[in-house]
Amino acid sequence: MDSGEYRNCLIELLYQLADDDFILAYRGSEWIGLAPHIEEDVAFSSISQDLMGHATLYYSLLEELGEGQADSLTHNRPPEKFHNAIILELPNGTGTYLENPDYDWGFTVVRNYFYTLAKKIRLDSIKTESYEPLQQIAKKISVEMSYHLMHWETWFNQLMNSTPEARSRMEKAIKLVLENFDGIFSYGELGDQIVKLSLIESEATLKQRWITELQKKEQIDLSMTMNKGNGRNGIHTKHLTTSLATLSEVYQSIPAAEW
Amino acid sequence: MTLEEQVMEALQTVKDPEIPSVSVVELGIVYAVRIIDRHVEIDAMPTFSGCPALDIIKRDMTLAVEDIHDVKSVTVTFIRDPIWTTDRVSEKGRSELKEFGIAPPENHQGDEWRVPCPYCGSVYTTLDNIFGPAACRSILYCKSCKNPFEAMKPVSI
Repeated sequence: MDSGEYRNCLIELLYQLADDDFILAYRGSEWIGLAPHIEEDVAFSSISQDLMGHATLYYSLLEELGEGQADSLTHNRPPEKFHNAIILELPNGTGTYLENPDYDWGFTVVRNYFYTLAKKIRLDSIKTESYEPLQQIAKKISVEMSYHLMHWETWFNQLMNSTPEARSRMEKAIKLVLENFDGIFSYGELGDQIVKLSLIESEATLKQRWITELQKKEQIDLSMTMNKGNGRNGIHTKHLTTSLATLSEVYQSIPAAEW
Repeated sequence: MTLEEQVMEALQTVKDPEIPSVSVVELGIVYAVRIIDRHVEIDAMPTFSGCPALDIIKRDMTLAVEDIHDVKSVTVTFIRDPIWTTDRVSEKGRSELKEFGIAPPENHQGDEWRVPCPYCGSVYTTLDNIFGPAACRSILYCKSCKNPFEAMKPVSI
């Protein structure tokens, strides 16, 4: 085995895992003060904080592998170097956090529930076989995210089985999320090597597990695409660019400062 | 007192800034201490990965141990393996949490999670929100003494 190839594949997978949690944590943070009720505000901000922590664990491993400092990886990296799936960078709705936020709670519940379930399946695979330090991180994250999965599953079940209006809005949200959800299961251009080197199981295997798990609950059509492109290969929407600009605004104001 | 004892005594003064009544030793955050030729190496276990107090805890541990006369230098490292669980909170830590108004972590089986109220001891309590004001805490309500209270979120493998 070529150790350079192993290192490249590992780094690629780590960026995908890190950037997914990082950008979704940001989207979650935009809901603070706007969630449907006060208890949800507390819960969602706590979940977003956990997600940011999970991203930090991956970034610190990237730091050890010589990719540069975690702070710099998040605040100084151009959007095309981010490898998150596009579905996670899409805005919560129309408007912005400061101006006329008209966010879609159904979309948020579906995106978070679908993602958290995929994340669990992904980490379970890593825990079975992968790079050992990554397996240790996966174990740590699994413990914390069991609470997240429980949270989003409760919302999902309640809204799916609520009024006809709730049901139809959820079905619309599911369709919208699935339009780009295939990007979650992709490992991008290095996918074949990543799987060959036993860093994680194949895209098809994980996707099938996810579909099987969801269909136990609801007999819904789960066919998915990535119609905005593959974020794993650095293709992104303008929404990632604006999010990163907001996220790094303070950092960029004095890049040399110690935080 | 041996140097090792002095180090542990110093670490007993370091608190989690979000739970100022319980030391990092009693919370089970200190995993191992090695002393090599007056240099102290501390392996610490992060509680929740998104906990903003981790950096402060690391700094406070370093400062407290550096203050010991015979210590030349200190390194604190957050380890990845093994992982921290709420089983690591000591008996002393549990009673100190309770004094602070936080119910200590309970072992739970499945969905059953009975948390006695830290104020009156009643188990007639409800879980209001599994997520609380800090990553490690949940919000509960006691139907007996009508007090809201917090409980340490159980973490097990």
